[in-house]
Amino acid sequence: MKRTVLCILVTALMGGLVLPAAAAGRGEKEADSTAPVLGLSVSTLNNMFFVTLRDGAQEAARELGVQLLVVDSQDDPTREASNIQDLLQRGVSALLINPTDSDAIAPSVHRANQSGVPVFTIDRGAHGGTVVSHIASDNVAGGSLAAEYLLQKIGGTGEIAELQGIPGTSAARDRGAGFNSVVSGSAHVRLVAAQTANFNRTEGLDVFQNILQAQTNLKGVFAHNDEMILGAIQAAEAAGRARDMIFVGFDAVEDALTAVADGKLHATVAQKPAEMGRLGVITALNYLAGKPVESSIPVDLQLVTAENVDHF
Amino acid sequence: MKSSFKNHRQGHHFGLLCAVLFLAALLSLLSPQFLTTRNILNLLLQSSVNALLAAGMTLVIITGGIDLSVGSILGLTAVVTAGILQSPLPVPGAILGGLALGAGLGIANGLVVIKGKIPPFIATLGMMTLSRGLALSLSGGRPVTGLPREFLLLASSSVLGIPTPLWIVAAVYLAGTFLLARTNLGRYIYAVGNNMKASRYAGCPVPTTIITAYTLSGMLAALAGMVLVARLDSAQPVMGAGYELNAIAAVVVGGAALSGGTGNLGGTLLGAIMMAMITNAINILNISPFYAQILQGVVILAALFVHSAGKSPSRSCITRHYGPGRGQKFQGGEEV
Repeated sequence: MKRTVLCILVTALMGGLVLPAAAAGRGEKEADSTAPVLGLSVSTLNNMFFVTLRDGAQEAARELGVQLLVVDSQDDPTREASNIQDLLQRGVSALLINPTDSDAIAPSVHRANQSGVPVFTIDRGAHGGTVVSHIASDNVAGGSLAAEYLLQKIGGTGEIAELQGIPGTSAARDRGAGFNSVVSGSAHVRLVAAQTANFNRTEGLDVFQNILQAQTNLKGVFAHNDEMILGAIQAAEAAGRARDMIFVGFDAVEDALTAVADGKLHATVAQKPAEMGRLGVITALNYLAGKPVESSIPVDLQLVTAENVDHF
Repeated sequence: MKSSFKNHRQGHHFGLLCAVLFLAALLSLLSPQFLTTRNILNLLLQSSVNALLAAGMTLVIITGGIDLSVGSILGLTAVVTAGILQSPLPVPGAILGGLALGAGLGIANGLVVIKGKIPPFIATLGMMTLSRGLALSLSGGRPVTGLPREFLLLASSSVLGIPTPLWIVAAVYLAGTFLLARTNLGRYIYAVGNNMKASRYAGCPVPTTIITAYTLSGMLAALAGMVLVARLDSAQPVMGAGYELNAIAAVVVGGAALSGGTGNLGGTLLGAIMMAMITNAINILNISPFYAQILQGVVILAALFVHSAGKSPSRSCITRHYGPGRGQKFQGGEEV
């Protein structure tokens, strides 16, 4: 008896979950049955950046009247591989991949190549397989942009700190390389602390709190993403030292833009995730239409400060 | 027998205490900034979230279970509490709502473990995924910001020069220690962890005990989430991801056995403080992030080693706990 009730409950629950999803899927399909279907695999929708990227792609797809199937890898390469297999199974005309990891994605790219489906990578590249175009912003240039602004703001002299991203990721490597190439070229600026806070706001708070203890003359800090710089600002405010410092972040997420508008954050480097998603869809469609496309499509980076924050 | 109970529950943290003090001494030699009031308060503040999670985890681990869902419950309750805070409801209402949600999720964990007879590892793994999914879908993957000033006081205010979160941790640990050492529930928690079957025969309310342990764990996860939200002035759906492992590490470094039946809150608190100390030291000494994790792993293993060296094997622990007569009886059971 109990078991029967349980079975019914479970079935009802599953039905409740699946039916709306199926209905939603149908709704999309009805939009246009002749246009190409694009597949977009996003590394994680736990991160606003990639949510915006997806939104940009969806908007472009809607404008151009094509169907876009979006799958979320939840930062898990295994899930990503099976998601992409599903997309290929569903017969997408082109694959837009925002990989969780440049190495782990290679087998999936190979599989798509074998099925004859063109692959476009967004934000992170693929170390293997044939990719038609890579759409990404230049992180090294972004790091340099941030460093130049920070150095100019502190008057070209003094001690600064760097909050690094997850060690070993290309974003952390590139942004750090760009930043450090500018800082090391400046004789009067010393990088006194370079610690990782794993792209995470809570860790940004804790790590910067500790750095503040050790470094009493800090004049500025650059973080490899906005989450960490927002945590660092909380730490500096709690220590009463926020006014003495210049904060520069990276990504220009919503919270960071608010912080720039409020005068708490001095600058952030704007990648344009929505633009990346949009360019991904447009490039794929151009390629499918037989137009020539570049193998590397750089997406602009821009410094967001109090002067231009209204435009974001 | 009463004295042997007491002996066990007060625990033997001499080894761990030595390890923590040695580490502290070493760090104050290496950096003049380490042993300052401000830094010690910071360090304790940074350990507070893990300490709250680990307190609940200690109860669950003593019953022989494990709660992998605490990090996700933290995230979900953080998002929900922040959502309520943005409504016109008063701040205490939001706090109570968040705590109730945490407790509810804990009850669900306990029920699945007891009524569903599903191993705690799997049951709470399910809750971990479910809660994280709910946190993400409720928030749309975006942080919830702009919280009332009164709520932020939870982390930014201090009483007698000591930050409020530390008072919260102190209250939780005092209450928890009282619960474990002086109440029937505490006695049941140890008994269930030592031998569930035997304790059931002995008339111990096994289901209630286990459900209570998971409920407290869920509620403390919610409390930890609120402290974190108040510190950050924002609630993020990914908050607390992976925190369950830190909490488990603190409990185990603190001397509890994952097989259940042993452990106490004093050890857990020392474990949590030691883990925060390591991160603090890495940042202050500006150790390269590449070596930081190696160092963390080595120090945790070393602490475990120092700790277990000062402890007798767990079998005799049970005998000591219940006295020779009952110990014999318990060893006849299925687990030991």
